[in-house]
Amino acid sequence: MTQNELLPLALLASSLVPGLIIFALPQDHIRLRTTLNLFGALAKLALIGTLLAGVAVGEKYLVRYAVLPGIDIVFRADALALLFVTLSAVLWLFTTLYAIGYLEGAAHLNRFFGFFSLCVTATMGIAMAANLFTFFVFYELLTLATFPLVVHRGTARAMRAGTIYLSYTLTGGALLLIGIVWLSGLLGHTEFAHGGAITSLVAVGSVQDWQLQTIFLLLMAGVGVKAAIVPLHGWLPHAMVAPAPVSALLHAVAVVKAGAFGIVRIVYDVYGIEFAQSLQLLTPLAIAASLTIIWGSLRALSQDDLKRRLAFSTVSQVSYIVLGVALFGPIGTVGGLVHLVHQGIMKITMFFCAGNYAETLGIHKVSQMGGTGRRMPLTTLAFSITALSMIGTPFTAGAVSKTWLSDGAQAAGMNWAIWILWISTLLNAAYFLPILWRCWFQKTPAAWPAENILARGWRETKWLLLLPPLATAGATLAAGLFADLPWSPLAWAQLIAAREYLQ
Amino acid sequence: MTDPLAWLVLLPLLWACGAFLLGPGRGAWLAGTGVALQLFCALLVGGSLLEGGIRTHAIGGWGAPLGIDLAADGLAAIMLLLTQLVALPLMLYARTYFAAGDATAHYFWPLAGMLLGGLNALFLSTDLFNLYVTLEIVGLASVGLVVTGGDARQIAAGLRYLLATLVGSSMYLLGVALLYGVYGTVSIATLGPLIDSAAPRAVWLAAGLMLFGLMLKTALFPFHYWLPPAHGSAPAPVSALLSALVVKASFYLILRLWLGPFLPMSAAAAWLAALLGSVAILWGSWHAIHTERLKELVAYSTVAQLGYLFLVFPLLGPDEIALQAGTMQVVAHGLAKAAMFAATGVFIHLNGRDAVADVAGVAGRLPVTLFAFALAGMTLMGLPPSGGFLAKWLLIHAALRQGHWWLVVVIIAGSLLAAVYVFRVLRQAFLVVPDERRRHGAVPRMLEWTAFFLAAASVAVGLRGMEILRLLAIGRQVPA
Repeated sequence: MTQNELLPLALLASSLVPGLIIFALPQDHIRLRTTLNLFGALAKLALIGTLLAGVAVGEKYLVRYAVLPGIDIVFRADALALLFVTLSAVLWLFTTLYAIGYLEGAAHLNRFFGFFSLCVTATMGIAMAANLFTFFVFYELLTLATFPLVVHRGTARAMRAGTIYLSYTLTGGALLLIGIVWLSGLLGHTEFAHGGAITSLVAVGSVQDWQLQTIFLLLMAGVGVKAAIVPLHGWLPHAMVAPAPVSALLHAVAVVKAGAFGIVRIVYDVYGIEFAQSLQLLTPLAIAASLTIIWGSLRALSQDDLKRRLAFSTVSQVSYIVLGVALFGPIGTVGGLVHLVHQGIMKITMFFCAGNYAETLGIHKVSQMGGTGRRMPLTTLAFSITALSMIGTPFTAGAVSKTWLSDGAQAAGMNWAIWILWISTLLNAAYFLPILWRCWFQKTPAAWPAENILARGWRETKWLLLLPPLATAGATLAAGLFADLPWSPLAWAQLIAAREYLQ
Repeated sequence: MTDPLAWLVLLPLLWACGAFLLGPGRGAWLAGTGVALQLFCALLVGGSLLEGGIRTHAIGGWGAPLGIDLAADGLAAIMLLLTQLVALPLMLYARTYFAAGDATAHYFWPLAGMLLGGLNALFLSTDLFNLYVTLEIVGLASVGLVVTGGDARQIAAGLRYLLATLVGSSMYLLGVALLYGVYGTVSIATLGPLIDSAAPRAVWLAAGLMLFGLMLKTALFPFHYWLPPAHGSAPAPVSALLSALVVKASFYLILRLWLGPFLPMSAAAAWLAALLGSVAILWGSWHAIHTERLKELVAYSTVAQLGYLFLVFPLLGPDEIALQAGTMQVVAHGLAKAAMFAATGVFIHLNGRDAVADVAGVAGRLPVTLFAFALAGMTLMGLPPSGGFLAKWLLIHAALRQGHWWLVVVIIAGSLLAAVYVFRVLRQAFLVVPDERRRHGAVPRMLEWTAFFLAAASVAVGLRGMEILRLLAIGRQVPA
């Protein structure tokens, strides 16, 4: 086995092996568990560094294993895969640190961290999958590995959320499976390729358009459940009953992102953007994304529960990625891909902050947030930066995404999409600015709902809860300010778009 | 006498006698060693098949048509491997399960030996009459195993099971007699070229009788009525053996006859079988979703999963995909169901009660067993990367290729229903239970880890599909 085959496997193993060991550990081996977690996360980052450097100069990383005649499990670390892999791995490190602080002393932590590592492994598999079969294997694995995390609290409410989560995702998975098997039955077993895997096959085959359109619908419905496209988004607001690190995982590291990433893969590397356009698939997709953007924002307006508001905000924001994909042209592609990263770092910060309010002061509702800016200035600062970035304030990551998306809409001649973006911006402001106003300008209440952690000097809460949101909020600023430097998310997204459209 | 084919039949009969004479303590030890040797023999058979094609062995040097032949092709070798692979962990499991001076153990070991000997002989037999004999050995040993516990519910279930299995094998025997009357032979190989669609009416009748008898024994809907009480009330290792292996033996026989002598006349029956299979999937799942008892849930799940096996019949023919799907389902379900019954046995061991609600909170107490249950559930739901997933992938592929959309709908609906009953248990397990309701029995590690091993194997099969399909192709004339 050459080094180029080993690296993708090592990337999977760097979270799988620590996860499996953690399952086997006794509950009270806290230090060993923490060491394993951090070792895995850091090793993964080191591996990703090597891969990034290699892919940038055109190195190919591919490994395959035959499961059935003609059907292989194939991993390939290409530029698009690495975009998602890097995002997940970096956020995994921060979420692990945060979770260690958040769940200190809680029960069943081996189970928690074990499944957490499995989720990340599944995400790596989804990112590096080089055909739909492999993609599906890890996509379903992600569903299974997330379930114990969603129901981790073991309450009746958590169970209900878990049941709703499963009924959406397993049904979606079933549709995805039908689509994949149908496609491979029609056209044989195809691997992802720039410009579309099936384009060349369709030319010689006797496949009718309606079949490909129906299959596209099945595939989109399958991945759309995880990407929370309206009306398949119903599970996401319920799933926020899980602990804060799990919400971070669902919204930023793995699940929702896996759905959005699946859409990117299917449109670009299975159908091919030009072929999808010729089948008239992109406009309906853009409309679905637009409806989701508006609907998510409208629902977010009326939520008093902070995490529910954030959940509906995710519904809306993730569809920016889908919209970017559906805009025919390289500029929109860049906008969608870069938002995959930007949405991740913004939303994870917000969930970290929401977790801090809940853990430190017992605040769960927007209406209780008055005066938190004085009690927890650093957390609130991080929250404010990302909220402004979500709205699209200049010099932030969100602004970069929105600029590229609206330029892309203009280039594609879809001016109505620009209107969608503007309406969404206004709605974003309408549900985030009141929170900021409450935090900074309302008076501190006489007593907090449940003050569990007392402030000590500048440390308004545990430092493990404080540092991760500060770091990711910093990243949000950096991604906006230094967007034009090499190695920024934007630069990498441009590299992918260039490779996708030059074929 | 160095042929592993003969030893596969002899060994279990030998250790069954030994266990009967020595008593349960040393008998258990003997059984474990015996099954380990059988597994070794089965591996030898599989290995030699991959190298040299079909193997035959004439017992005592007297070949067919005078004597008895044993023969193993790819399908038989897979069944042999599956049987020994399931039996070995279950023997270790049973040794711990029956440890505490349980009277049941006196009967368990000899009967288990009879059962395994019968099964191995069934897979290796080449003529219809020998198959009848092995079928009876398997059936009677199974009934015996169900009633070993001796309580009223088990005996009632056992009698019902006895009736079903005897009626099934009598119908089969009647069919064999009719065939013998027409053609004067019972050898499958000789009968093959003689039967065509213009065969006399007696042959059609024979085929119908034999297939229906075997469907009764395989518990295909609506002949499934005996299975849930029998599998649901027997001791855990017995339920595991019955659900994983015994019902598969009669299915194996149906498949043999269908692909062999009855091929010309099977077209009409194929859709009937698929229709009954579909109903079985929905009916079995529906009951599994609604029953209050844990073991009955698992037993009804067997009814549903057996339904999948009958969906392959209309798809057989143009290519090998449907047969591959069926075989994969047999293997995956065998391992998974054995694991699930073993895990269920552990839950009941802890609680002393057999209700789904009593699983509440075991996630903290028995993580290994719960993991085993969940992995087995993955296979039943057909989620990747498990053997069940490959089976369903192949089955959907075959159905789509021939344009049978309704089969796809049934398969997918069955998977989702399976998810409902599997997660019904898992949900309970993750519930946080107040301390006073928690029971503090100790569970021997051996029980937990054998269940885990079986479940892990059912998932691992999903990563080694190539080897199984390569073995399956041996002895089949693959259409170009």
